[in-house]
Amino acid sequence: MRVKVLSRNPDDYLRETKLDLQRVPRNYDPALHPFEVPREYTRALNATKLERVFAKPFLSSLDGHRDGVNCMAKHPKSLSTVLSGACDGEVKIWNLTKRQCIRTIQAHEGFVRGMCARFCGTSFFTVGDDKTVKQWKMESPEYGEEEEPIHTILGKTVYTGIDHHWKEAVFATCGHQVDIWDEQRTSPMCSLTWGFDSISSVKFNPIETYLLGSCASDRNIVLYDMRKSTPLKKVILNMRTNTLCWNPMEAFVFTAANEDYNLYTFDMRYLESPVTVHMDHVSAVLDVDYSPTGKEFVSASFDKSVRIFPVDKGHSREVYHTKRMQHVITVKWTSDNKYILCGSDEMNIRLWKANASEKLGVLAPREKAAMNYNQKLKEKFQYHPQIRRIAQHRHLPKSIFCQIKEQRIMREARRRKELNRRKHSKPGSMPFVSERKKHIVAVVK
Amino acid sequence: MAEDWLGVEAAVSASEGEEEGQEDDERRHRQLLEAVSSLSGRRRRKLAERTEASVQVSEFNVSCKGAGEKLVLSELLQPIRPKSALSSVKKELARVKQKKAVELPLSKEEAERVVREAAYVRTSKDVGKWQQVVLQNRRAEQLVFPLKQEIATVVPLEQVASAWKARTPLEQEIFGLLHKTQQPITDPLLTPEETASLQAMSLEEARQRRAELQKARVVQSYYEAKARREKKIKSKKYHRVLKKSKRRKALKEFELLHKSDPEAALARLEELEQLRMQERMSLKHQNKGKWARSRAIMAKYDLEARKALQEQLAKNKELTQKVRVELPEEEPADMPEEDLTSVTVPTVSVGASGANPWMLGRPSDPAEEPEVPEGLGDAAVPGAAESKEEVEEEEMSEEEALLQDFAQKRHVRQQQAGSPEGQGADEREAVSELPGDSPVHPVCAEEQASLGMEQPPQAQEEILLSEQLGRVRTMEDVEALASEERVEELEKPAATRAEKRVQQQEEGRAENRRAKKPPVKKKMISLQAVLSGKSQEVQCPSLPVVMEEEEGGIDQRGVITEAFAGDDVVADFRREKRKAEQAAKPQPVNLVLPGWGEWGGTGLKPSAKKIKRFLLKPPPAPPRKDQHLPHVIMSEKRNIHVAAHQVSELPFPFERHQQFEQSIRTPVGPTWNTQRAFQKLTAPRVITRAGHIIQPISAEDVPDVATAAGSGAKPALEIAPKRQEQPFRRPRKRAR
Repeated sequence: MRVKVLSRNPDDYLRETKLDLQRVPRNYDPALHPFEVPREYTRALNATKLERVFAKPFLSSLDGHRDGVNCMAKHPKSLSTVLSGACDGEVKIWNLTKRQCIRTIQAHEGFVRGMCARFCGTSFFTVGDDKTVKQWKMESPEYGEEEEPIHTILGKTVYTGIDHHWKEAVFATCGHQVDIWDEQRTSPMCSLTWGFDSISSVKFNPIETYLLGSCASDRNIVLYDMRKSTPLKKVILNMRTNTLCWNPMEAFVFTAANEDYNLYTFDMRYLESPVTVHMDHVSAVLDVDYSPTGKEFVSASFDKSVRIFPVDKGHSREVYHTKRMQHVITVKWTSDNKYILCGSDEMNIRLWKANASEKLGVLAPREKAAMNYNQKLKEKFQYHPQIRRIAQHRHLPKSIFCQIKEQRIMREARRRKELNRRKHSKPGSMPFVSERKKHIVAVVK
Repeated sequence: MAEDWLGVEAAVSASEGEEEGQEDDERRHRQLLEAVSSLSGRRRRKLAERTEASVQVSEFNVSCKGAGEKLVLSELLQPIRPKSALSSVKKELARVKQKKAVELPLSKEEAERVVREAAYVRTSKDVGKWQQVVLQNRRAEQLVFPLKQEIATVVPLEQVASAWKARTPLEQEIFGLLHKTQQPITDPLLTPEETASLQAMSLEEARQRRAELQKARVVQSYYEAKARREKKIKSKKYHRVLKKSKRRKALKEFELLHKSDPEAALARLEELEQLRMQERMSLKHQNKGKWARSRAIMAKYDLEARKALQEQLAKNKELTQKVRVELPEEEPADMPEEDLTSVTVPTVSVGASGANPWMLGRPSDPAEEPEVPEGLGDAAVPGAAESKEEVEEEEMSEEEALLQDFAQKRHVRQQQAGSPEGQGADEREAVSELPGDSPVHPVCAEEQASLGMEQPPQAQEEILLSEQLGRVRTMEDVEALASEERVEELEKPAATRAEKRVQQQEEGRAENRRAKKPPVKKKMISLQAVLSGKSQEVQCPSLPVVMEEEEGGIDQRGVITEAFAGDDVVADFRREKRKAEQAAKPQPVNLVLPGWGEWGGTGLKPSAKKIKRFLLKPPPAPPRKDQHLPHVIMSEKRNIHVAAHQVSELPFPFERHQQFEQSIRTPVGPTWNTQRAFQKLTAPRVITRAGHIIQPISAEDVPDVATAAGSGAKPALEIAPKRQEQPFRRPRKRAR
């Protein structure tokens, strides 16, 4: 009897030194690896399930405010620092790594309406109901030193918002008009007006820094040019816009958070109709902030939820809510694209992961590879019903769920009515109006 | 206009003053005016009238009499007689009259609107410069954030130190100390002593040293070049001969040494032993090398290759064989051979040689074999050695000639690089010479044969002994045997001298206690045997591989059938298929209603005629697709369990279902792709780095943006080429 013995050449599976890469003998002959689609499908399904299992976005809540959080600001140089202003005029500076408040200032009487940090991160500005603009040092005062603002500007009217220029020592406030201030002066460099109404928010364009956008309570969005100190154009929407935010990677794109539950992404060169209408909220959208990559943005709504929208999609990819979170007034996306902060009525600031199922911390290379592979698989099989069903499933509180249902019914009814009207009127007398055009009342030059 | 008119009037009056019939004209004019005014019907109010003609005309007295009246300029200019001098003035007047009035200034709102529009156009043009970048980023397969990759630079210590100042008393004290000892703190980090010593080296010295170094380097490079040149010579024969000559020389030297200085010779021998050990350790001349393996493959077809292989093996043996410090009386040629017999004994019996690959691969004839045992006898040895020596002498002369020839050739080539004819001749010479040298190989082979392929009596003994282990009775023993046999087979080729010795000794001792000892223990793989296995490499080049596999296959099948004797999967499958076929056949529809048109009731069956009429036979089903596939059941029914997992309609970005299917069909996993491809396929769209602030894009980033994904140095996965192909236009932007 012949006995056969496996004999292998050690060169094929041993490495010469321990520093060499491990040899993994592989045979890529497709005949040896059949059923690639079903196997990958199973993997994708598992990946999707795991993603849902690990989707725990809520990280922590920063509590310490004694009134609703009205505004927040990111530190431009430090990822772990965030500033917040409350409705009782208190400003707090938080350390996110420790999840602690590191400084508290009684900045204003009445609301802190708006706040922004200077681009260098050495100081920050607040505006409040007491008609003042105050500049504060970022560092806490040394022992024995009093907590005092560096500068205080007394204005004639209430300021409702403030934003700092991205490169120069200039900031803009809004109230009855948009004022542009030099940091060194106590009177504005110029005041920009167009009509008379209170302006709720003003934002500098982060790329073309001379551009400003503002939204007023007479339902319009106005763009300004700082160089010529003139307004540029005005869009009037169906309802009031609460805030707007510029895309940090696309100079001409901004998104407006509207009272009519929607968000509108505009290209400032073509204001006649928004590029995308983002609808999912069931109540007024109060704040919006772009992710630093410019691919997504987060919105805070009166419906007690926070949603994340891809810039080019009409619907949200994620909704965050907790039982105790009330109307979310302000929201920020951190500058490393990892976290989301939202400040709400019930005095808390909440820290969320931007990607709900992401594993925090350092990943081993193999882990990273596996993650990428899973991501790719999910992307590849995203149209398959089972996978889509799992991936898309989100839990919603009953109130929001019911409101969504209600609104769906209302929308359907409106659609049906329009359909009927069209059916019973002269052909061509009732033109079709696209969703994007529906919400624009006029564009004023 | 009014001024113009006055001016014109003055001019006219001046020109007319010269003429004589002035009063007459005036009167006529007044008449005319009156007539004209009476035409309008209304009584005009009297205007101040200048009655007196005077040179000085008071400005207060100037009347604007005609202001209210409709007065046509051209009328005023009309001379009595048409005059050419005034025509130009008239024309001018007509032109002036045609000019329209300047419009009213715009209202404030409108003016602002115009400004706004202009500003908007300009701004949107400015912003539009980003269009290209934005599109590129949207389309990018991979983006790496932050866009600006800052490179960590190592700041020199001096810079850091210069910015830093001693503050605390301790620091100041330390610095004071440093200053006292004149330790450097800033830039040239050298103490005064060091600088002094640096300066102390004189120029001459330095030059000398440099020259020495240069020389040494030159010599080294010469040597290297020479070695390289020699190494480059491709002729194997040359090298072989060279080596052999070297060996011979060494041998001669050794002999000389042996005669003159036995001590030194002994040391030399030690050295040789050392070399041998090294060779054993390195296993350099075994047939594991690339060359040897290729030879082994070729050996089946090529006698030359086989010979070369044998030669190599012989060499190995020679090198690994122990050099004995022999007594001076003994013959040097005899001893190693005898020793060798114990070294290279194959453990197979002569009878089994047909099956042994080694034996198959052996070049020597069986006729030679019987000679070997004879060779063991003392009588035969000297003659053989002599004859060998003779042959080698011949060889040597040939070799030396060849070597000289080579050297000469090289010399000639170096000297007359210009003459192609000589070179050609030389080459021809070389070619003609080369085949003539073949006798070397047979000699080698012979040597090989005489050295290596001997069958000692000990080997047969051993095999017999091993056979003894077969005496077992119980089932357990049989099973143990099966496993043992395998072990034995493994061991057989790997048997070595040491192992054999151990075994021999053991056999001698163990004869009496063999009965008690469990046989398994003896058959355990000994570490020594495996590790020192050097004969294992003797492969059988001419082994029929296919045949062996067939044998194995049959065996395998038998094992499988035995293992799965209980369940007949094939029959089950056939049954299943038949069932599926039956189920797929269209069933006849029975429309027979008992009782219609005939008697009905219990026990009555509808008539055959009726059945024949109302039993509808469906048309036969089309032939099954798996008709000719015995191992396949093909079902054409829609499986709802599967359908739940399938995509029912074409998803949005795809235009045709083929595209979608294609996208699904291509696997991305590492099971189907190489590592690199896998990495590329699964590269994420956006890469961010933890703890890095992502700044908004800026004009300075723009050149980076073009290659953002590719140039990102840190991330391991980049998809560079595609993006670079697209022409990138950098927006002409200036920082304001």
